[in-house]
Amino acid sequence: MNRQVRLGVILLCHSDLDTAAHMAQIWAKGGARVAVHIDAKVTDKSVRSFKTALQDVDDIIYTPRTRCSWGRFSLVKATQDAAGALLAQFPDITHVYLCSGSCLPLRPIADLCAYLALDPRCDHIESVTAHDVGWTVGGLNEERFTLYFPFDWRKRRRLFDRFTNFQRRYKISRRIPKGIWPHLGSQWWCLTATTLRAILNDPRRKEFDRYFRLSWIPDESYFQTLVRRHSPKIESRSLTLAKFDHAGRPYQLYDDHIAALASTYCFVARKVWPGAAKLLAHFPRPVGDYPDVSLPQRSRFDTLINDVVRRRTLGRPGLYMQSRFPKKDAENGKTSEPYVLFQGLSDLYPGFETWLSRHVQADVHGHILGPEMVEFKGRPVIGPGALPTNILARDRDPKGFLAALIRITNRTQMFQFSPRDNQALSWFMATDPNARMLVVTGAWALPLLHSEMPFDDIRRVFALLQRTELEQLAILNSVWVKARVDMYDLGDFLVSPRSILNDFLRPIDPQARPVIDMPEMRSLSGLARMLRQLRNSGLQPRLTGDKLPPAEDFLAERTAAE
Amino acid sequence: MLGLKRIRWPVQIRRRALRQLLLARAIRRRKQLRPVIDRTHMIGKRDILAFVTLRNERVRLPYFLKYYRNLGVDHFLIVDNDSDDGSNSYLASQEDVSLWYTNASYKKSRFGMDWINWLLFRFGHTHWCLTVDPDEFLIYPHWDTRPLHALTSWMQATGSRSVSGMLLDMYPKGAVDGQIYREGQNPFDIARWFDPANYTIQKNRFYQNLWIQGGPRTRTFFADNPLSGPALNKIPLVKWNRRFVYVSSTHMLLPKGLNQVYDEDGGETFSGCLLHAKFLSTFATKSAEELDRKQHYSNSQEYHAYHAGLQSGTQLWCEESREYRDWRQLEELGLISRGNWA
Repeated sequence: MNRQVRLGVILLCHSDLDTAAHMAQIWAKGGARVAVHIDAKVTDKSVRSFKTALQDVDDIIYTPRTRCSWGRFSLVKATQDAAGALLAQFPDITHVYLCSGSCLPLRPIADLCAYLALDPRCDHIESVTAHDVGWTVGGLNEERFTLYFPFDWRKRRRLFDRFTNFQRRYKISRRIPKGIWPHLGSQWWCLTATTLRAILNDPRRKEFDRYFRLSWIPDESYFQTLVRRHSPKIESRSLTLAKFDHAGRPYQLYDDHIAALASTYCFVARKVWPGAAKLLAHFPRPVGDYPDVSLPQRSRFDTLINDVVRRRTLGRPGLYMQSRFPKKDAENGKTSEPYVLFQGLSDLYPGFETWLSRHVQADVHGHILGPEMVEFKGRPVIGPGALPTNILARDRDPKGFLAALIRITNRTQMFQFSPRDNQALSWFMATDPNARMLVVTGAWALPLLHSEMPFDDIRRVFALLQRTELEQLAILNSVWVKARVDMYDLGDFLVSPRSILNDFLRPIDPQARPVIDMPEMRSLSGLARMLRQLRNSGLQPRLTGDKLPPAEDFLAERTAAE
Repeated sequence: MLGLKRIRWPVQIRRRALRQLLLARAIRRRKQLRPVIDRTHMIGKRDILAFVTLRNERVRLPYFLKYYRNLGVDHFLIVDNDSDDGSNSYLASQEDVSLWYTNASYKKSRFGMDWINWLLFRFGHTHWCLTVDPDEFLIYPHWDTRPLHALTSWMQATGSRSVSGMLLDMYPKGAVDGQIYREGQNPFDIARWFDPANYTIQKNRFYQNLWIQGGPRTRTFFADNPLSGPALNKIPLVKWNRRFVYVSSTHMLLPKGLNQVYDEDGGETFSGCLLHAKFLSTFATKSAEELDRKQHYSNSQEYHAYHAGLQSGTQLWCEESREYRDWRQLEELGLISRGNWA
């Protein structure tokens, strides 16, 4: 053991005493003096077997058992008693490390002592002013110190909440004792014996104890606050690696964490799952020839934890599955990747799909929301990711269908759309920042023109499609739109189709060749005549625009009639 | 009578009434079960229990038991529904199995759920209980390094009472009966393929669970009528309380809180999945037999479809099938999630 540093350890045990006994052995074998506090709730039988397991180990003392409950002062009381007993029993101790029965030393105790010896007057305790702390869960930062908390949060949750609200409402606030400034931090610390003695023997200790007895989670603030009164030098970082999730629960460590933990170079980590036999066998690492005093590097483990916290709170964008089914507009990404929708282009250019697939690096589908079948690229019977081409299956969950298609494929997805298709996703796509839409309104009139249906049928279908598209346009013109929408009426589009397509495609696929050749367009002859007929039959065409080529046959008819 | 049916009862009351009815039914049906061997006195306080109903599954049993023992199941409580292939004596000889026998109708006991609900009521209270079929194999993120006890203690710490495990149908490449399944063999050496992304989800308002359909069965056997494809959502692992009850298979439970295993604010909660080894060489004989017995869901419609499909040489495999590698692959595809289990 290092000559300058004599380490004492306070071990707080409340459950799983087998692991705790293992930890006590590790500490004692490493040369530390151990004060064990066993929660008064633990059964006598477990305590007996704990003591039997440790009967060969010297330098262990058992401190008076307190009944501890989470978030209450009893935890601080247990620590105080243990610290007092430890310092009284072994007066030569220079540092005291507070840890629990599920804290696993990762590096040899000798390393820790050598590290502490680098600066023997330094106290390693996370201590941040309550005002600036960013990590508390549940919103109680400063209120921990200015309200009264006489009720147990675990056992009397309702009373706790009510009493807190009552105090907020009536602006009840406590006076913080003079001379201390509330600080918070991890409850696992390592203090020098001098500082700890100073805290325990503080002439105003009674006053402070009385104050902290009714504050909230004092084990995270008692020593953290008082150390600021007595310590000559504070390293505000806990030596124990302890991570909490978004709800403030500690993470557990398992066998598969060995590599990640080893790379952190932390001295102690919590909290170990008792069944992690390999982990318990692997750590602490054996003592090297020379004590290694390298600094802990937490970043790798932090990344691991931050990743899962993000997954738990934000999830993966565009994923709908058994354990992620976000409510409308709470999706954090309605879809996973950008996708492109062309409306009206396939009506204007019958060969648009093939033409476009030659032009861009993307999967160009037909009308995947179409009324007859799901027109995947190449018209397979089973689509990408084994998605069905059956429209019944698709229409059961259209949102999931589109999101799954985008998520399962590697390339950008482009598809055709028209008012004939399933409109269930209109809002979904319009409010999705990943959607890019090129909409040519009124283009659906062209297939009608060439359908050779009787005029009565044309009129009926025209009315239906026009109504559908008007409803869709109302959505696309609303203030909620997040998609990038380029919208033209048929007349406007026909003025300069090439430059419109160029402008639309360039940001989507910067590598795309500029559009020079256009696919063959459906003939417009007779369109104006049909529109006129519709108008005369009482149906006002509203979506084709007013820039359409003039009705060449219109004049001719008039002259013939005259 | 009293016009009770005409009243539109509040949904909470209807749910409670249904739960109590199912519970009462399960308790009444206990008489159909005759204990073959009862080793339930061996169940320890923190043991994880598995509840199984089966019929003629002898060839699958060795691997099934081995798999779940490995995962950390401490005791199996099994209902044998009139097997005649030696399942009964095989199970009775296993040290960690308690076995009940019944020859009552599978269909009339709500596809075995009345029996299972009774056993859960009687023995499951305060235990983590896994309810599976002999062809369902639970996997979850980290299952290869962290046994079920690690999962349940984590779930307990996070305050969750139930774990979601969607059914993932696995199938071989080529004909379903192309490769013979031998006793003790890992079924997923043969049935190694699955559908990656063709699942539809709907939320059921009454039970608050997600109704998942899709997969290869809907794709092939229900191609004409995908809406009546089998449900794939399952909640197999529950910290049981004797007030709980499974409503329909393990698809949903009451009270409804147990069905809320998903996050609705964009986050992901923990979920595993049940690899479904139904489509093995044993399937052809099984489906013919089940057709005769007519003991399955909605007049064995599924089995009719399977049988017709198998007769015409339908393959489940397609170009878009994925070969199963490990849980990380399933997680990447978004079929399961580790939630915040780091």
